[in-house]
Amino acid sequence: MLIIPCPWCGPRAEQEFHFAGEPKARPVPAEQVSDQTWAHYLYHRSNEKGAHRELWSHAHGCGRWFVMERDTHTHQILSTKAPA
Amino acid sequence: MRYSAFNLIRHGLGNPLGWGPAWKPASLKPSYDAIIIGGGGHGLASAYYLAKNHGIRRVAVLERGWIGGGNTGRNTTIVRSNYFFGESARLYDHALKLYEGLSEDLNYNIMLSQRGVINIAHSEHEMELMTRSVNAMLLNGIDVELLDRKQLLAEVPLANDAPDARFPLHGGFVQRRGGVARHDAVAWGYARAASQLGVDIIQNCEVTGFIRDQNRITGLETTHGRVSAGVFGLAVAGHSSVMAAKAGFDLPLQSYALQAMVSEPLKPILHNVVMSGRTHAYVSQSDKGELVFGAGLDLYPSYAQRGNLPTAQEIIAGLLEIFPAFRRLKMLRQWAGIVDVCWDYSPIIGPAPVDGLYLNCGWGTGGFKAIPAGGWLLAHLLAHGKHDPLSAPFDLTRFQTGALIDEAAGAGIAH
Amino acid sequence: MTATRLAHGGNIDRQKPITFTWNGRVMTGFAGDTVASALLANGVRIIGRSFKYHRPRGIMAAGADEPNALVDLTHGVRHEPNARATTVLLEDGMQISVIQGWPNVDWDIFGVLDLFHRFLPAGFYYKSFFKPNWGFYENAIRRMAGLGRAKTSADRRKFDARVDHCDVLIIGGGMAGICAARAAISAGLNTILVEDRPHLGGRLNWCGRVIDGMPADQWAQQIASDLNCRVLTNAVAFGYYDHNLIGVMETVQTSDPDCGDARLWQIRARHVVLATGAFERPLLFADNDRPGVMLADAALCYVRHYGVLVGDRIVIATNNDSGYESAIGLAQAGAEVTVVDIRPIAGGIQQRAEMVGVRVLPSARVIKAIGRTAVTAVDIRTNRGSHIRIDADILASSGGWSPAVHLFSQSGGKLRWDDGTLTFVPDQSPQAVRVIGAANGTFDPAASMSEAIAAINAIAPEKVSWSLPALSQTEKSVAIEALWQDPDIIGRQWVDFQNDVTFKDIALAASENYVSVEHLKRYTTLGMATDQGKTSNVIGLAIMAQLTGREIPAVGTTTFRPPFVPVSLGAMAGSRFGPLHSPLHQLPAHQSHQKLGAEFREYGGWWRPAFYPRNSEDAFATIQREAKAVRAGVGLLDASSLGKIAVRGKDAAEFLNLIYYNELAKLKTGRLRYCFLLRETGVVYDDGVVARLADDHYLLSPSSSHTKGVLDQLELWHQTEYPSMQVSFHNLTSAYATISIAGPQSRTLLARMESGIDLSDQALPHMSLTHGTMMGHKVQLARVSFTGERAYELTMPAGQGRTFWEHLMNLGQDLGITPIGIESLSLLRAEKGYILIGTDTDGLTLPVDLGMAGPLTAKKVDFVGKRSLLTPDAMRPDRRQLIGLRPTDDQFVPAVGSHAILQVDGTRRSIGWITSSAFSPHLNHTICLAMIEGGRGLVEANAHVTIFDRGKTTTARAVEACFFDQQGVRLNG
Repeated sequence: MLIIPCPWCGPRAEQEFHFAGEPKARPVPAEQVSDQTWAHYLYHRSNEKGAHRELWSHAHGCGRWFVMERDTHTHQILSTKAPA
Repeated sequence: MRYSAFNLIRHGLGNPLGWGPAWKPASLKPSYDAIIIGGGGHGLASAYYLAKNHGIRRVAVLERGWIGGGNTGRNTTIVRSNYFFGESARLYDHALKLYEGLSEDLNYNIMLSQRGVINIAHSEHEMELMTRSVNAMLLNGIDVELLDRKQLLAEVPLANDAPDARFPLHGGFVQRRGGVARHDAVAWGYARAASQLGVDIIQNCEVTGFIRDQNRITGLETTHGRVSAGVFGLAVAGHSSVMAAKAGFDLPLQSYALQAMVSEPLKPILHNVVMSGRTHAYVSQSDKGELVFGAGLDLYPSYAQRGNLPTAQEIIAGLLEIFPAFRRLKMLRQWAGIVDVCWDYSPIIGPAPVDGLYLNCGWGTGGFKAIPAGGWLLAHLLAHGKHDPLSAPFDLTRFQTGALIDEAAGAGIAH
Repeated sequence: MTATRLAHGGNIDRQKPITFTWNGRVMTGFAGDTVASALLANGVRIIGRSFKYHRPRGIMAAGADEPNALVDLTHGVRHEPNARATTVLLEDGMQISVIQGWPNVDWDIFGVLDLFHRFLPAGFYYKSFFKPNWGFYENAIRRMAGLGRAKTSADRRKFDARVDHCDVLIIGGGMAGICAARAAISAGLNTILVEDRPHLGGRLNWCGRVIDGMPADQWAQQIASDLNCRVLTNAVAFGYYDHNLIGVMETVQTSDPDCGDARLWQIRARHVVLATGAFERPLLFADNDRPGVMLADAALCYVRHYGVLVGDRIVIATNNDSGYESAIGLAQAGAEVTVVDIRPIAGGIQQRAEMVGVRVLPSARVIKAIGRTAVTAVDIRTNRGSHIRIDADILASSGGWSPAVHLFSQSGGKLRWDDGTLTFVPDQSPQAVRVIGAANGTFDPAASMSEAIAAINAIAPEKVSWSLPALSQTEKSVAIEALWQDPDIIGRQWVDFQNDVTFKDIALAASENYVSVEHLKRYTTLGMATDQGKTSNVIGLAIMAQLTGREIPAVGTTTFRPPFVPVSLGAMAGSRFGPLHSPLHQLPAHQSHQKLGAEFREYGGWWRPAFYPRNSEDAFATIQREAKAVRAGVGLLDASSLGKIAVRGKDAAEFLNLIYYNELAKLKTGRLRYCFLLRETGVVYDDGVVARLADDHYLLSPSSSHTKGVLDQLELWHQTEYPSMQVSFHNLTSAYATISIAGPQSRTLLARMESGIDLSDQALPHMSLTHGTMMGHKVQLARVSFTGERAYELTMPAGQGRTFWEHLMNLGQDLGITPIGIESLSLLRAEKGYILIGTDTDGLTLPVDLGMAGPLTAKKVDFVGKRSLLTPDAMRPDRRQLIGLRPTDDQFVPAVGSHAILQVDGTRRSIGWITSSAFSPHLNHTICLAMIEGGRGLVEANAHVTIFDRGKTTTARAVEACFFDQQGVRLNG
């Protein structure tokens, strides 16, 4: 079970958080992008083994979303920061 | 040496060590007709069917560790084809049919045990969704039966039917041809049969890079040196994205740890494979007597082949809610496999975005049951460069057209 | 053999006898005994039968490493089908029996299997039993396999669970562990010490050393009594998880029949110190599994710790000095002891052993244990190569020690082979963990203590202020000599006792190319039993290395997985059982519904009335009555679970317009709009009514089960995509109760509430809302209808929900007011063709499939999911569309989940399915909603479709989804 340093609340247990996937830049204007670009945004993921950027929310805490860099192999947490 | 009871007795009386290697130790040659990356069930089955169905025998299977050591050796061994959409039903039933003849075909007992797979419905709404699924399966030629509450209890007498049960029993459905098979035997059986047909199985051989000629993959860098081949198959389950990145593309996959556990061995107490969609719990009893169980994925991506305690507790709590007698039992082992989950929970079978490379990935939590079909279809792609009709709907391009095959959605589980 | 309970010594209380039964026979032990020590003291030799060959087996070890002594244990409500006798503390009234062996353990008919062992090598089942098929043999094999027999009754005991954290968690209360704990406390660290036995001290309790001038066990108790920190005994650390979370299972001794016998602790430690000790390895010789063959240190433990001398004439086979420690202890207790040492010379301890009468045979090997149900003699090859036979009733062996690296390995730690001690020792771990003492391969006591201090000094901000005790002088030692398997020995030699894996099985695996450690394990089942190979793993690896001409590390190391020992499933789940498994929300007026006799069901995590049966009414009749009452008069539905999310801020309108499918920026204040919320994939995630309360203030009503999800979506989009917008969200769901009042008499009823609110259709038209005061509380009144009738939604503070509900029920008595449940509502809305998310839709449904295409073309902004509605698949003309179906037999109600089919080339193809189906009491015929390929075309063509349900087919006509009051006049009726 991870200890996650919420950028606003400090270290808290994993159960307070909710993982929501890799952050992907939304292609805009969406209506004008190709099916392929849209599919990449919706479905394709880097799925890194190692340092991996991911979006989390402190769902049972402050409710804020943040970007966490985490090693998906060792589960070491490398950084957390507010979403760009 | 053929495997048979007769030979078992002969060797017992004569030379007990005279069976010879199950698969021959091999070293990497400079080139092959086809190379399959990944020595799990899918990779080994692909090699076997390449040699057997298509007569292509200059084939190597490259395995980073030891064969069958990934998800093939870590799953809960369930085989079934009770899928909602026709595309899936045909795919998984092809696998199940091959499983039904596999021990004979491979001359290796994979211990297919068709004990029946039962899904429990805990509400009227779930019963309605199961009715929808059962009808879909019947129309797709998959023989399943809807069970009412009484029939369910007759099949699964230990299911929690107390008046205050958190998840009351409303009924369920059963696929009697479903069951379990011995996971290691599937890998070893395919390896042995493929090896006998001339396939080189190279263990402890990691692929470190792809050699390209423009948009075509022509060879591999490996820890055993360079190797070239006409075509390449990728069947590395949880590590598909890692290999794809080496080849220069990404995939609609995310890798998660899927945990499984066993209890201590017990005298027979549970006949069928039982699943409860509500708690995600699934359980069967192995021939050795261990209860083998699991449930949902861990909650965030992982390549660490180990489970996480909160998810384990969740899984166990779900199981015990359905089987309160099991609260007295003990957990013997807990482990995890890394599964690559596709957005629509269906696999990707088909050409990669680079030429000469074909994909077999994205099986998520359901790869084991599909091994014979996954191998069969990848072999077809490698041999002919185009889809067998069974694999066409599972092409990577479905993510662009939007024609997803979303089993969870189709079965009424809203995303 | 006659094991003897000594008159003195050991950590047992001879004043407190304990009565228990063994296979029904009454026996006596003492407080402090384990089940194993008590059985030994009572002369029990055969404790069970082996898994595969049903060979008689005796107790081999004295701890968690025991492979043989699994027993069935019943104690009050507690039952363990596979209890490990060496780790269960004896309690009064325990009923203990064997788990294998018929008719009894001494004469087991299946023992005949042993005669056929030549035909049952490792993996024999892979080579046979598939003609005609495995199922033909399987059930018989299953009955033979398995260990204990589980009880089938529900276990309803309560298990609790605890959570703690500390600066340093020390695992293992042996010498190294208690030194580390003492040091950590002195350095001001918040410390927890965990020990799996009932006493601290570990081997100090039986090793016979002297520390600080006193016997080691007394010294240990003195240190223990002085430890000012949380000390958990009878608690085994079983799992090392991410970020230094340790799972600990504490055995709870309780006489409360409602209380479980184990408790899970989750301990988060800044630092972990592993002082988990080591397990002794046995030596291999022919028939090394006979009852009476045991580990040398276990024999010493039984005599010194439990006062049980396991035999009179004892042979100790050894390849290292620690075999002599056991020899000394056993000889001092009165046994005649012979040490058979493979080495030409032992350490200084040999002299000490000889002084107490131990006979030593140097450069000699035990080659065979003689005796079938008990050891009677030992065959030895002497230093001159001659064979001698010595009478003996116990054959103990010491093959060296394997550090208990299980938890270290679970931490992600890598192991390193150490040639000096012939063991795998800890190397690097990614977590904050240190390993000390025997667990680290440090077997010298003084070095072990220094390691403990060093480990604490390395993590403590203050220096340790505790000085090491004086140790008795130890003699010079002579190194262990490797002996894994002697190729000259013929006969079967067991490596994994519980799974009956012998040397030959490993040789077979090697010859068949199952040479990697994981293949070896899986093919032979070595190390896969309930002891998880604590005594067999290293030996198995070493033999494989020997057979394949490799170094031991080249074979690989096994991955140790949790749990270290089997742990209670009940305790793992903890309090999550029954109602606490995943607690349900109750409505504010729950008690009112109970009083009305509601039948409750779960709907999306809420425990809500499905309907309110009267007298002996069945579900169908109740639902029909309730539905009729709404259309005839007035019905009351508790809608408090409906989501209420307030959205406020300068940019609320603009933001919601980007999020919702429907146009919301142009919604007028005081008005409501029915809207879809899509996922980015275009799928309809939720539907609900959105109200505009002010320019900068909206109120969303997501469906009950989606409230949290909708809120998450709003926050996600706001915080990640549109952070500059000024808008905020508040979930008010639990703050308010909502009662839906529906039916032609709803306005009459509301008028009686004396609110002063103008209820005229001009002031409060359909899809509008207003505020006022009722019964002294502020309320919100919205005109919104889920039934097609004139209807109001009255929202008041949650605490008033019950009062309002009961007041309305009273006020409406003369109007025939009827409480209605979800099932009745579901019928009413189906008559109107109103969808239920998750019932009529699924994870593939797009808004156009539901007939709501307008916003896609009309709305100019780029809302969530819009782009996905433009993919080729989203624009296919043959998508499934929501329509109505009227069965030809209009009294027949097809099952929800029935399919509509087409006959294509002689095969039936599904074109969709029925999502809602009911008998309409107002129309007196069946109505169905269905998602059908190209459904609207079928409606236009007035086509018939074939309905399929489990082999039976019927027909139905495709119709508009709205069956009742198509013009919607009743909304104002």
